[in-house]
Amino acid sequence: MTADTSTTPTPDQPAGVAPAVSVRGVYKVFGPKPAEAVRRLRAGASRDEVKNLGTAAVIDASFDVAPGEIFVVMGLSGSGKSTLIRMLNGLWTPSAGDVVLGDANLATVDGKRLRELRRTRVSMVFQHFALLPHRSVLDNAAYPLEIQGIGKAERQRRASEALDMVGLGGWAESLPSQLSGGMRQRVGLARALAADTDVLLMDEAFSALDPLIRSEMQEQLLELQAKLGKTIIFITHDLNEAMHLGDRIAVMRDGRIVQIGTAEQILSDPANDYVEKFVADVDRSRVLTAASVMQRPRVTLSIGSGPRLAAREMRDADVTSAYVVDRTRVLKGLVHAEAAVPAVREGVEKLEGLVDPDVVAVHQDTPLAELFAPAAGTSVPLAVVDDGGRLVGIVPRVTLLEAMAPADNGDGSDDAEVADGTAPDGAAVETTAPTEGAPA
Amino acid sequence: MIATASDTGTFVPRVELGAWVESAIDWMTDTFDPVFDAVKTFFESIYDGLEWVLSTPPFFVVALVLAALAFWVKGWKLGVGTLLGFCLVAGMNQWDNAMESLALVILASAVALLLGIPLGIWAARNAHVSRVVRPVLDFMQTMPAFVYLIPTVVIFLTGPVPGIIATVIFAIAPGVRFTELGIRQVDAEVVEAGRAFGSTDRRILRQIQIPLAMPTIMAGINQVIMLALSMVVISGMVGAGGLGNDVVAALQRVDVALGFEAGLAVVILAIFLDRVTAALADRAPVAKALRATR
Ligand SMILES: Nc1ncnc2c1ncn2[C@@H]1O[C@H](COP(=O)(O)OP(=O)(O)OP(=O)(O)O)[C@@H](O)[C@H]1O
Ligand SMILES: [Mg+2]
Repeated sequence: MTADTSTTPTPDQPAGVAPAVSVRGVYKVFGPKPAEAVRRLRAGASRDEVKNLGTAAVIDASFDVAPGEIFVVMGLSGSGKSTLIRMLNGLWTPSAGDVVLGDANLATVDGKRLRELRRTRVSMVFQHFALLPHRSVLDNAAYPLEIQGIGKAERQRRASEALDMVGLGGWAESLPSQLSGGMRQRVGLARALAADTDVLLMDEAFSALDPLIRSEMQEQLLELQAKLGKTIIFITHDLNEAMHLGDRIAVMRDGRIVQIGTAEQILSDPANDYVEKFVADVDRSRVLTAASVMQRPRVTLSIGSGPRLAAREMRDADVTSAYVVDRTRVLKGLVHAEAAVPAVREGVEKLEGLVDPDVVAVHQDTPLAELFAPAAGTSVPLAVVDDGGRLVGIVPRVTLLEAMAPADNGDGSDDAEVADGTAPDGAAVETTAPTEGAPA
Repeated sequence: MIATASDTGTFVPRVELGAWVESAIDWMTDTFDPVFDAVKTFFESIYDGLEWVLSTPPFFVVALVLAALAFWVKGWKLGVGTLLGFCLVAGMNQWDNAMESLALVILASAVALLLGIPLGIWAARNAHVSRVVRPVLDFMQTMPAFVYLIPTVVIFLTGPVPGIIATVIFAIAPGVRFTELGIRQVDAEVVEAGRAFGSTDRRILRQIQIPLAMPTIMAGINQVIMLALSMVVISGMVGAGGLGNDVVAALQRVDVALGFEAGLAVVILAIFLDRVTAALADRAPVAKALRATR
């Protein structure tokens, strides 16, 4: 696929800004001999080979999260997601490696500074809400401010603001047990927002909610994110949630990050069979966009050229029509070979009069799901344009149909191994090395 | 050695554990005599004060206060029941004994809880402590209750203090256990939330762990008090005073009437203490909050 990726952020290099969170070669081994386990893992041992030294929950994780980014960590149960996120605010101390929050390396700060960082830099939303049952909704939301030592009136004012933001303004005096699950998680979110930290950690924050409430919460999170510009690290085992929320997604397996990329990159270019299997059941039409499936047009005609050149180029490329752009590549319309060839004979000088301006163009960010209707209404490939109306690619109908089916290039036996989880560790490790080993 | 082994008809040599414990206690009595004296004086004066407060006013004043307490923590039924019960105790001529026992129970329970709850908290936070404390508690709880009376009498002679000390030892276990259990049971995520927002461990203990463990800790307090009451009766054997004295006297004289009256007074006291502490447990903020439904 010749997708034009210049429009999507490059996975490991968030453009130029200092990362909000930076994770460098982090390991976490639970067990009697973590240091020895790390040494062997570094020397190439697999997770199973160090089993007697402890459970390697996170192995050699490295990534940067840019300010304002939603970074999703996805993986099956037990893949180390919770352990990883808990190292970002020091709830767990890494067995090796560094976690840097802004300018503070958690490995070198003392207990007092760590608590200060938690108060001011990073807050957390929990899977089962983790509210204080004996405190009112308002006092729950005000809890971080209380820990920060802010006076009662001020913290209640700010907590109310946070409750308003999540739509719970009228529930301040209720107890958590009087709320539904979705509302309780809103309190959890309000509590994290009240803390007013730049970084928000969310460990399966929506997993305990039923599907309707869940997608409502996702929308709300995206809205809040657009408004507040927090850096969010979001854990989920739900692929659709990951694809929907994540600017970038890290896929974890057995403690290792096997791929980091945008939803589209992971879908269209899975790093290995495991990721491919994982993404097989995603609703691709909502995640993939026109930009991710479009192709370079074989012929693009300049509005200033003549019919003779147009006819020849179309003949050489074996196409029956071509899009016409101006000097800045802004889409002007379409020329059919049936129109160009007679025009040559009639001695028409300019292409301009032959251009059919009435073409179907879609924006490059349009989800695939929304391409079917326009594609059905035309016999030529769809034109894909950017914000400035410039032609960036085309989507032939056959490409559209292909993109809807997950890529299928693994052989049968591989698939079976991934499915029952017995694939040898080495397989995943080797194929992932390039993805992991490319820090910013 | 061989001679003693033949006493038991086995080839196991006689292990003189009892004698060793005895000499250890003797040694302690000699060595720490001033300490034990101070302890004795300390507890005696507190006991005397408590007993004075409960016995000096006319019985109906104290009965009314206790009934009012029951009414406040639970409701009018328990209030009226308490008043009737204590009137019956007075009518059976057991009032002074009952108040002595109540003073013993209050003092012994207070000491058991003052030692037991912090120990339980420590055990909940430290696996090593927990590993040491657990078998010790098992031992203390399974030892027949009145065995504790023997060394305490050796050390503290007569009066209420040996009874109080034996009661503390006997009743402390549930205070430690329930506290440890309650704190360990607190939802780990909620504790994590405290840490994640930058709270100190001490503050997490105060604002999260203890309040959330409170229903369980209260159940432990209830158990401590009930065990204390039963032990207070047993310590009548060493003349600790209170209802136990009459129970023991009735047993020695095979006096059915006295035994029944003293026994019934114990039951009334037990029901009162049990219901009041149970009601207090229900009033814990967390217990209340969890009862609130949408
Ligand atoms: N405190 C701990 N002590 C020992 N092992 C642990 C501990 N916490 C996690 N583990 C182990 O580390 C591995 C990763 O666990 P983790 O909770 O990070 O997974 P997860 O991806 O969050 O899974 P889930 O989706 O079930 O929440 C598991 O094998 C788990 O058993
Ligand atoms: Mg988890």
